[in-house]
Amino acid sequence: MPACAGMSGEAEQSMTAALDLSLYAKPADDGRLSIDLAVDGVTCGACIGRIEGAVKQLPGIAEARLNYTNRRLHVVWTGGALEPSRIIETLEANGYHGHPFVPLRAEQEEAAEARKLTRCLAVAGFAGMNIMLLSVSVWSGNASDMTAETRDFFHWASALIALPAAAYAGRPFFASAWRALKARSLNMDVPISLGVILALGMSLVETAHHAREAYFDSAIMLLFFLLIGRALDHAMRRKTRAVAGNLAALKADTAHRLRDDELVTVPAAAVRPGDRLLVKSGERVPADGKIESGRSEIDESLITGETARRVIAPGDTVYAGSLNYAGTLTLAVTAAGGATLIDEIETLLDKAASAKSRAMRLADRASRVYAPVVHVTAALTCIGWLAAGASLHDAIVTAISVLIITCPCALALAIPAVQVVASGALFRANVILNSGDAIERLAEADTVVFDKTGTLTLPEPRVVAPANADPVLLQIAARLALSSRHPLAVALAREATSRVPFADAVEEPGRGVRAIIDGVEARAGSAAFCGLAAPLPMPGLSYIYFAMGGRSLAVAVAQTLRADAVETVARLRALGLDLRILSGDRTEAVAPVAKALGIDKWGAELKPADKIALIEDLKRQGRRVLMVGDGLNDAPSLAAAHVSLSPISAVDLTQAQADAVFLGERLAPVGDAVVAARRARRLMTENLGLAVVYNLIAVPIAIAGAVTPLIAALAMSGSSLLVTLNALRARRGGSSS
Amino acid sequence: MNVLVYLVPLALGLGLVGLFGFLWALRSGQYSDVDGAALRILSDDDVEG
Repeated sequence: MPACAGMSGEAEQSMTAALDLSLYAKPADDGRLSIDLAVDGVTCGACIGRIEGAVKQLPGIAEARLNYTNRRLHVVWTGGALEPSRIIETLEANGYHGHPFVPLRAEQEEAAEARKLTRCLAVAGFAGMNIMLLSVSVWSGNASDMTAETRDFFHWASALIALPAAAYAGRPFFASAWRALKARSLNMDVPISLGVILALGMSLVETAHHAREAYFDSAIMLLFFLLIGRALDHAMRRKTRAVAGNLAALKADTAHRLRDDELVTVPAAAVRPGDRLLVKSGERVPADGKIESGRSEIDESLITGETARRVIAPGDTVYAGSLNYAGTLTLAVTAAGGATLIDEIETLLDKAASAKSRAMRLADRASRVYAPVVHVTAALTCIGWLAAGASLHDAIVTAISVLIITCPCALALAIPAVQVVASGALFRANVILNSGDAIERLAEADTVVFDKTGTLTLPEPRVVAPANADPVLLQIAARLALSSRHPLAVALAREATSRVPFADAVEEPGRGVRAIIDGVEARAGSAAFCGLAAPLPMPGLSYIYFAMGGRSLAVAVAQTLRADAVETVARLRALGLDLRILSGDRTEAVAPVAKALGIDKWGAELKPADKIALIEDLKRQGRRVLMVGDGLNDAPSLAAAHVSLSPISAVDLTQAQADAVFLGERLAPVGDAVVAARRARRLMTENLGLAVVYNLIAVPIAIAGAVTPLIAALAMSGSSLLVTLNALRARRGGSSS
Repeated sequence: MNVLVYLVPLALGLGLVGLFGFLWALRSGQYSDVDGAALRILSDDDVEG
């Protein structure tokens, strides 16, 4: 098909020029347009000026601002004055990569929630400080010669600050407690809300009766401490979500759309069913579709885990994420965006997600025990004092002071504080958490199920044993391979020490590349293209050939294990985990991997439904399964497992099911994640223990009626400080490198 | 001690000014890029040569 080859050559030329970004340009007021780009390559403060300066040189730019914290560039320009792809080209010319970016809904909601929490925190902080000033005056005044009128004045002033501040800053707790009560359950926010409201109400009554003491400061300080915990928790979650969002933008594919025989490059997200797409050699198929023309081999390992390539012809169906090896394909899109999914997997996924028993979180379990105990203790205190002959007023005041002192300040900080610190430690170990309670579930895992392709092995094929080849010849071959996008050539090109391709290299699509080097023609590609005889095919191995002036080279390319897979597997075993491999690949491809890693329990040629059945089996044996997988076929198993991890190279749908995503080419983050999670879990239990010890000391004092506001203030801040400091110990380690 | 009757509200008022200042800064996006702000102060491209 010479005509087709010629067209794809032209398409290559126009690829960057015609990138159509209209999908991402958002109209602002007064006819302006804006776009957000995730920028890759920002390393230091000087980049800010360089990027903004370069972009502002473009015509029609009204605003260009780089957010250094989350590495995002916001550009506003006058509509029509500029093609947005020029911005990306400008960044490219300055050594940065820009990727159009649509903020996720969840991210925007979380940003709004974080702002709300910060406002509440500011109000609580302001109120707390002012009330403390007044309270300290009252405490010292009570010990010396303060008149009753001055004390009343100070108490009323405290009330004036505390009531509106609590009404504003307490909303996150009140709302959550109300939701829990409406659902007829108890969470930690119920005792918190009750404590705050009762403390304020009692103080108000006491103030009206000219009492010596009031608890306005305790109520507000409690809110302040708890809000700090929540705000930190949110900040950490936002940070990881921003990084995850950027990574998604960096990964987002483009598609070459054919419309009226005109080729336009569009973001894959803009592809609609019915579109006709061109997929070139070395590219991933951007959407599910039927082949209209072209023949090729495709690698579907990201979909099924199968590493052997499938030969496809017009009329065949291909799935998004398949890697096109040989020729240029034209396909008609049958589904795009969220609908690119094999039916079988979709049904399995629904079932797995609904069957997944929601593991009860440690904090919820603690609060379910804690709240009734506290309330019963307070009630018994009241009855006890009445029986002992105290007045109703004194009995109620003592009961409320029990509620205040037991208010789960330390308890409510005990777990979130560890989670914040631990997710920070995981983040540094290249693990990004999708869900907050994943740490606890990760710590409980006792069995690890690995997928093989793309998880234990690298997602792309690599050259096998390059050391056996003549190094000089290998370098020339690798440099020549830089000029091709064929997956085998890309693998060979990884071996090149120089990243400069030969100037006059020509690629013949589907066959290979050739160039004249020092007057001699060199060719890299298929055996026939290089004029060599092809050896007998070996399972799992592909060859790329190189010939130059009578000398030749056959380079074997295969799926290889991640560099540290053996160590990581040994480390996980040393941690007492039971390891298994469940793969969709052929038996002869899985067996050597299992042998190399010393894993004797493995299964091959498994369909997604088989994988789930095996995981359900393990669950019935009482095991808690950590599933690590990347393929579309793993998505249901990830959802079914107790906790799941997936590499960043996984397909989007699979990543969305995983509790955490790990970055990079190493497998070590899996081990790091388990170690960090176990340490975090230990610290959470320790913190809960500390909170219990605090209560064992403080509650008898409160029941005895000896708690003054001063003691309450000291006890609360002391215990909060203690658990927070203990949580900071989760920072240590996390990374084993 | 009558002086307290207006000194305490005055102190509170000043504190409120600070609180509203912070809320305004929060709303106008001054905390959206804290790392960047620390670096931007070092560049002097606002000084036209």
